[in-house]
Amino acid sequence: MFRSALLRSQIHRQSRNYVRATSQVAAEPYGHLPTSQSPITPKMNFINSVTPDGTQIPTYRVLDGVGELLDGAELPEIDEAFARRIYENMMQIPVIDNLLNNVQRQGKISFYMTAHGEEATVIGSAAALADNDEILGQYREMGALLWRGYGLDDVMAQCFGNAEDASTKGKQMPVHFNSKEHHFHAISSPLATQIPQAAGVGFAIKRDPARRGKNCAAVYFGEGAASEGDFHAGMLLASTIPSPTLFIARNNGFAISTPSTEQYHGDGIAARGPGYGMDTLRVDGNDVLAVLSGVREARRRCVEQGRGVLVEAMTYRYVPQLPQLPNIHPPSISTFSLLTPTSTSSVGHHSTSDDSFAYRPRQEVEDRKRIDNPIARFRKFLEARKWWDDKEEDELKDRLKGEVMRAFKRHETMQRHEVREMFEGVYRGEEPWNIREQREELKALLQKYGKDWEPWRSELKKHKGEGKELMQ
Amino acid sequence: MFAPSSLARLSRRSVATFKAKLQSARRWESTAGTEAPPAGGHSPSIATSSFLRQTRDNSLRTPDIRWADEDHAGPPSNALAGRETRKMNLYQAVRDAMSIALTKDDSAVVFGEDVAFGGVFRCTMGLAEEFGRERVFNTPLTEQGIAGFGIGIASMGQTAIAEIQFADYIYPAFDQLVNEAAKFNFRSGGNFDVGGLTIRCPSMSVGHGALYHSQSPEGFFMGAAGLKASLVAHFDVPPHTLTPTQIVIPRSPIQAKGLLLSAIRDPNPVIFMEPKILYRSSVEQVPIDDYEIPLGRAETLIHGSDLTVLTWGTPVYSCETAIHMLANPPETIARHVPEPFRKAKIELIDLRTILPWDVETVTESVKRTGRLVIVHEASKTGGVGSEIAAELQKRCFLKLDAPVKRVTGWDTPVGMSYEKFYIPDSVRILDAMVETLSY
Ligand SMILES: Cc1ncc(C[n+]2csc(CCOP(=O)(O)OP(=O)(O)O)c2C)c(N)n1
Ligand SMILES: [Mg+2]
Repeated sequence: MFRSALLRSQIHRQSRNYVRATSQVAAEPYGHLPTSQSPITPKMNFINSVTPDGTQIPTYRVLDGVGELLDGAELPEIDEAFARRIYENMMQIPVIDNLLNNVQRQGKISFYMTAHGEEATVIGSAAALADNDEILGQYREMGALLWRGYGLDDVMAQCFGNAEDASTKGKQMPVHFNSKEHHFHAISSPLATQIPQAAGVGFAIKRDPARRGKNCAAVYFGEGAASEGDFHAGMLLASTIPSPTLFIARNNGFAISTPSTEQYHGDGIAARGPGYGMDTLRVDGNDVLAVLSGVREARRRCVEQGRGVLVEAMTYRYVPQLPQLPNIHPPSISTFSLLTPTSTSSVGHHSTSDDSFAYRPRQEVEDRKRIDNPIARFRKFLEARKWWDDKEEDELKDRLKGEVMRAFKRHETMQRHEVREMFEGVYRGEEPWNIREQREELKALLQKYGKDWEPWRSELKKHKGEGKELMQ
Repeated sequence: MFAPSSLARLSRRSVATFKAKLQSARRWESTAGTEAPPAGGHSPSIATSSFLRQTRDNSLRTPDIRWADEDHAGPPSNALAGRETRKMNLYQAVRDAMSIALTKDDSAVVFGEDVAFGGVFRCTMGLAEEFGRERVFNTPLTEQGIAGFGIGIASMGQTAIAEIQFADYIYPAFDQLVNEAAKFNFRSGGNFDVGGLTIRCPSMSVGHGALYHSQSPEGFFMGAAGLKASLVAHFDVPPHTLTPTQIVIPRSPIQAKGLLLSAIRDPNPVIFMEPKILYRSSVEQVPIDDYEIPLGRAETLIHGSDLTVLTWGTPVYSCETAIHMLANPPETIARHVPEPFRKAKIELIDLRTILPWDVETVTESVKRTGRLVIVHEASKTGGVGSEIAAELQKRCFLKLDAPVKRVTGWDTPVGMSYEKFYIPDSVRILDAMVETLSY
């Protein structure tokens, strides 16, 4: 009771005027500096907090652990159809994750990044955006693409890098999606590079009369990536230039093995927002309704002010981050079916999850799944409203598994793009001599050895046209 | 065409040498026969490479080894009694080097992303437990920060061993490394230096790493005078498999440990790139004592007189395979390897240090062979091969029988599903050797 009242008043204050809170304490008996609003004071007063009373920045929550409305919390605008759509999209994530994570462990794809545990953060935020806001993701935001209608076929094609992969044409690692149609910019492995780019995207939106005041750029990143210089550059630019850029930090507690306690000493990512003069909100990232309403309001401010706004979503990464290259840490899975969840205690000791338990206790992961499960919380909310029941749950699970499995089967064995594609797209427009000559060089080599040199012979068969477009 | 003079030289070769070569080719073939077919076109022979030293004696006789507990003023001693070796792969050897550095140098610290739990490639496994979290620690995720932090530590005269998680992610640190570390000593009139700085990073391709887990960025640092950059390959030449009358520097891999210890103690900042596919796949008996292998010195792994192949890192093994294929081409492609070339004596050099590179060894070799093939994984344009080719053509112009040939990655990013056609695999090296020999 008391806590939530406190929370409410803090949130209220915070949303009213975040930065000035400290400077409003007193009148200005000594005036202020000529070039700023900073009041002169005879008291030496160190500060190390962005809240007036020195406490940590509060976390905005709507649903409690059993899916009931927190005392004093306001339900965001949501109807049954929208709520079910959110839920179904959240449910889809672990199904795809389980499959592709297992497939990755078997070495069939080279890489995968799960979003399991972060379903509320990814789907809740995607649902709060306009479908044509520009998204710049880090790599765990596939859910936002699916929310916008990117299909399972597209997901599988990209992850297998096959001939239907229109997004990277087999050039990028799995989960490095992009889709112009869905306003989803290309994922790049180097961390944080998308953050200052998002400030530029926001700026471009503002320059475009058709989109000014209607759209924003939404950029996702982990609390680890927020340590890169690019994060600070992006925040500074979007607040100073200014540009309508919505910064969404997914604070899932870890960057690979590094806990957030070793990532920063300050009060998370949120504390940095006011430093850049930005409206900032910390939300419970496992509460999809808090994410939905928090990001909606953040987006509203961002578009209206035309300036950067920061949301820090507190969540938890369930699945150990896979070693990036399977042949370096060989997979040790054989007995589990492809749709069996990974890294739960029931799965037990396989090597990659042991990696994870080297830096966080198994119990911690289990506790988080049990007590603070974003899907379970939202399901309880839906059930309490009679918007969902066990039967529908079973049907949904079956349907999702079937769909995911079908898409996987269809794409698993599909041929890749033509070999010549590897030289395409280095440049647009006229092809420079070096690329042309090198393609000719490979062509001559394939003509000479392609049929007879074993590693190439079987490799060519994996490609559409089997290299003929080059060899003839 | 193949120069008659070379053919004459060929025939003058001692019979013994030739036999040894044949033997080694056969040994290689028979080993290859029992193994599963190579998974990729490149480096199919890491596991079976004759360059990997598998016995204690071989290991201890690695050429260029300088034992830390020996006086180097006098002639090198042959006293190997009491020295032990242990079977290690490359990441364990790297770990071993760091453990020695931490033990012997109280000022040394090891840091980087995920280093405390062992690092994503396990190179720092157990170091935090052994030496404490104050000396072996995680950093926040910022490469420019890591490099700058290391520069600060080193400028105070202490030893900083930093890990950049992947060479592909070293670019945020480029400014710190090129504008700061490389120029620190010069710009301060020698009053401030960062010789205590070593930056380690996993590099090169693994076959499915795509654009950002495959890069060989050594070329970008080659113009940064003041830096030293080395790439480690793991290998060694068992004397009996080669021309026993010459050379045959028992060299070892072991290289990783010895070169890293040199790098850590070198009075200049060093970038140390570890070919990541070799972390597990290359295994040797490694001396457990403290030793160094000098920087700036190339290593001749196979001695020959008809053509020089120069490389470093992972392609050392593809070159080894290609050289065997030249002598003994697989049936399916034998028609592309003219008979006389099969007897050609190929010299294989591992450059080991990219900057400053061992111009002497390479020049001496090319002057003898008249032919040079350079192999590296990075793109051709602006790659390290360009610099070496230019320098060699100047130094050996009148001795060259063929233009310097480069076998490299294409001038494209590394596209994931095309990697087998991107990497300079052994058939491409073979073809380049034939082309160069027949010029
Ligand atoms: C510039 C750069 N440095 C290092 C890496 C290697 N790396 C990939 S993911 C990762 C951890 C990222 O953690 P965080 O930003 O918290 O995102 P999360 O994985 O938790 O979603 C690291 C270090 C990288 N991809 N790019
Ligand atoms: Mg994280």
